Amino acid sequence: MSITQERETTVIGQRLLRREDPALLTGEAKYTNDLVIPGALHLAVLRSPYAHARIKSIDVSDAASMPGVVAVYTGRDLHPVWAAPMPCAWPVTTDMKNPAHFPLAIDKACYVGDGVAAVLATSESASRDALDAIDVVYEPLRAVIDLEDALSDKTIIHESLGTNKSYTWPLKVEAKEGAIDEAFKNAAFTVSERYVQQRLLPMAMEPRAVAAVPQPFGGDITLYSATQVPHILKVMTAITLGIPEHQVRVVAPAVGGGFGSKLNVYAEELLCVALARKHGAPVRWVEERTENTQATIHGRGQIQHIELAADANGKLTAIRVRLIGDMGAYLQLVTPGVPILGAFLYAGVYDLPQAYDFACTSVFTNMTPTDAYRGAGRPEATYAIEVAMDALARKMKIDPFELRKRNYIKKEQFFDANGVQVGYTAFHGLNYDSGDHLTAAQKAAKIADYDGVRKQQAKQNVAGATKRIGIGMTSYFEMCGLAPSRVLASLNYGAGGWESATVRVLPTSKVQVVTGTSPHGQGHETSWAMIAAEKLGVAPEDVDVLHSDTAVAPLGLDTYGSRSLAVGGVAIAGACDKVIDKARSIAAHQLECAAEDLEFTKGVFSVKGSPDKAVPLAAIAFAAFTAHNLPDGVEPNLEAQYTHDPKNFSWPFGTHMCVVEVDTETGKVDVLKYVAVDDCGNQINPLIVEGQVHGGVVQGLAQALYEEAVYDSDGNLKTSNLAEYLVPAACDVPPITTDFTVTPSTTNQLGVKGIGEAGTIGAAPTVMNAVIDALSGLGITQLDMPASPNNVWNAINKARGGKQ
Amino acid sequence: MHVTITVNGTKQSHEVEPRTLLVHFIREHAKLTGTNIGCDTSSCGACTVHLDGEAVKSCTILAAQADGGSVTTIEGLAKNGEMHPMQQAFMENHGLQCGYCTPGMVMAAIGLLNENPNPSEDDVRVGLEGNLCRCTGYHNIVKSVLAAAKK
Repeated sequence: MSITQERETTVIGQRLLRREDPALLTGEAKYTNDLVIPGALHLAVLRSPYAHARIKSIDVSDAASMPGVVAVYTGRDLHPVWAAPMPCAWPVTTDMKNPAHFPLAIDKACYVGDGVAAVLATSESASRDALDAIDVVYEPLRAVIDLEDALSDKTIIHESLGTNKSYTWPLKVEAKEGAIDEAFKNAAFTVSERYVQQRLLPMAMEPRAVAAVPQPFGGDITLYSATQVPHILKVMTAITLGIPEHQVRVVAPAVGGGFGSKLNVYAEELLCVALARKHGAPVRWVEERTENTQATIHGRGQIQHIELAADANGKLTAIRVRLIGDMGAYLQLVTPGVPILGAFLYAGVYDLPQAYDFACTSVFTNMTPTDAYRGAGRPEATYAIEVAMDALARKMKIDPFELRKRNYIKKEQFFDANGVQVGYTAFHGLNYDSGDHLTAAQKAAKIADYDGVRKQQAKQNVAGATKRIGIGMTSYFEMCGLAPSRVLASLNYGAGGWESATVRVLPTSKVQVVTGTSPHGQGHETSWAMIAAEKLGVAPEDVDVLHSDTAVAPLGLDTYGSRSLAVGGVAIAGACDKVIDKARSIAAHQLECAAEDLEFTKGVFSVKGSPDKAVPLAAIAFAAFTAHNLPDGVEPNLEAQYTHDPKNFSWPFGTHMCVVEVDTETGKVDVLKYVAVDDCGNQINPLIVEGQVHGGVVQGLAQALYEEAVYDSDGNLKTSNLAEYLVPAACDVPPITTDFTVTPSTTNQLGVKGIGEAGTIGAAPTVMNAVIDALSGLGITQLDMPASPNNVWNAINKARGGKQ
Repeated sequence: MHVTITVNGTKQSHEVEPRTLLVHFIREHAKLTGTNIGCDTSSCGACTVHLDGEAVKSCTILAAQADGGSVTTIEGLAKNGEMHPMQQAFMENHGLQCGYCTPGMVMAAIGLLNENPNPSEDDVRVGLEGNLCRCTGYHNIVKSVLAAAKK
């Protein structure tokens, strides 16, 4: 790993091993389903086997009389319990259609997996056994699976809405009216491409689990959940069930991965709370994997039409994008916002004039609701522009890297005439604070030996060759660090994008950091301790990090959208600054000098020019605790809370390259080399940064080569378990070469950006560009994901004029 | 039915339903929750333990089949407060993120080295085929196992 800019730090930038690991490595860590909860009843949910069916009747009497069964409920029984339907926090347009959605369906089941009845029993096995004894009479209806069929309104899923269309969200920017049409008319080259973002199953290794523990005589309810968003869940539980918010406590114990799938408010969470309160007993639920594939949100699900216009040199002059977004049966927490998160990125890293015409129409289908999945809208956007750029290069018969070089936003465009880094304000008005795309791309090209691979390709991909090689690249900008609250307001999002931190120095000078972020694999405890240690001049092991329990960390907006460091980590730095300011005034009082005359270095306040007149932070912390001799007006204790509302998104960028070999006899794709050069600004812990890139890349590569949620025409999910849905194993993926450039963010004091989603954003188009590059000599210029052996072989066979 | 299994050196004798899987015996009767459940098709390997010295997915075996046997779970690896070299290697090489697949992955990796003490990178990748991880992209898991082999 190489860092191009060195900084003077003592803790930040070290490859510290993770403090989370010993508990996770020894079985000591407790995930939600590991919690011992005496007297808990077990919830099981009966799920519709039909994608679209009217519920004619439900007979629960046999189930209710089975051994161990405490109660059985239908959607109609529980309807009076809900103060509000399940929440969608992002009404992207004022006329967006959003059907009322309750934890159990009432009249109609709208996807396979939609909950229709709930059993409470004294054991998990008794609760599941009783499901088979519930007699539901359904009237099956025609299932709407295809997005274009959904748009036709031939069969309407939610009759009260009168249409399957949820919304159309446009973003059109042109210098003057008609400029875009003009640009396409005058273009030397145009491409018009259609891509399918197949549905994906997030497949966090820990299925979801919930336990609700009521305290009828004090405090109401504690909800334990395998969630990324304990704070959002707390507010939404209060609203949906009409419980005073201060009487709801949410705890996220150890959480086994999320990738967006645990960024939600789920039916089972609300059912556990409602039934725990009703029965005055704890209620718990754990998801089986097959259930997870149906009852936990899916990712992606878009049809993309993208058109590029370019001048004779290949310089982009206009972009037009039309999306159809697959919402699934209902709108979950941020379902409608996912395509919108990508709406600003269909010009990627390129210097586009004001000629951009984006519109997304989203529709309901009879499938599991979609929602945020690692990258959420941004991988889809990056895929479209990057695969279309390769198509344009092929049309122009120039090298795709050369085409990108002609279009990159140049490094100097991020600076004003006086050399001040003011960022690059793009056609849509958002300011990209920093970037150096060419340098990152050249670094990737060097490591991947781009020129060498091209030479080898010319030798190897001759007529009749059965092993064809290809190289693909992607240059990306990730819009993350969600998000400036005022920008979210303009997008109609139902909350802000700030993050909170409290830093307190205890009497013995140990430090507690309280954060509103909620980790589930990212190593926040390690990294946040490093930030506080750096700022306060203490050892990282003297800093404890508290999180994921709303009784301990009451303020927060949780973990998603690569926001934790760029928003939450920066909040910690801000809280440390406030602690230092307070300590400074106490130190000045003790040293009998002016606060301005003190400098704070490595945990010690000293008088400028008189280093022997000094007092360490530890002594100040004790003085603040005893409060025997504080300056007038200064409160005892050394603690500060700070809320950081980012000024801008964070804009990580980079270039990924991939070399593949495709066996034309079998259609099998082998990834020979994968190189990721990412720039996430300053790195707190490079060990963790690299790990995030590795995992992200493999998730993106998995979309390109392996994964697809497949439905049949009746709406049955055919890939409903891990035997049928191909999550790659170690032998299915290559080692990843990671490298970095460091262009610090100018919009926060740590100079940091996000890295959680970058790998996923870069990987799918990189791999697909490589596969298409390998096959373009056979006349194949387009291929849908996943590039599985079957799909690749069929494409080759078709190109050769063979039968499908 | 009555089943007796020695788990991490301690005899565990419990009355269980005949359909009880070994993983449920370990989690619910022996009260050791370090062994995780990640699927219902024996695909993910999160529940891998050692039964009579061999790495097995504990969801593929009935507790009754393991009656009289000896099981080691992730809780049984550390000795005298020191983690097993494989656990240490995972920590030193950032071979885990969310940690959910980790107990099974570590048990499978120890099983792999028992059979092949000096594996190549490919041997490790193929040898861990039955254990899925969604966080690490396997890069640092493979590195961890190769590092443990050198210890």
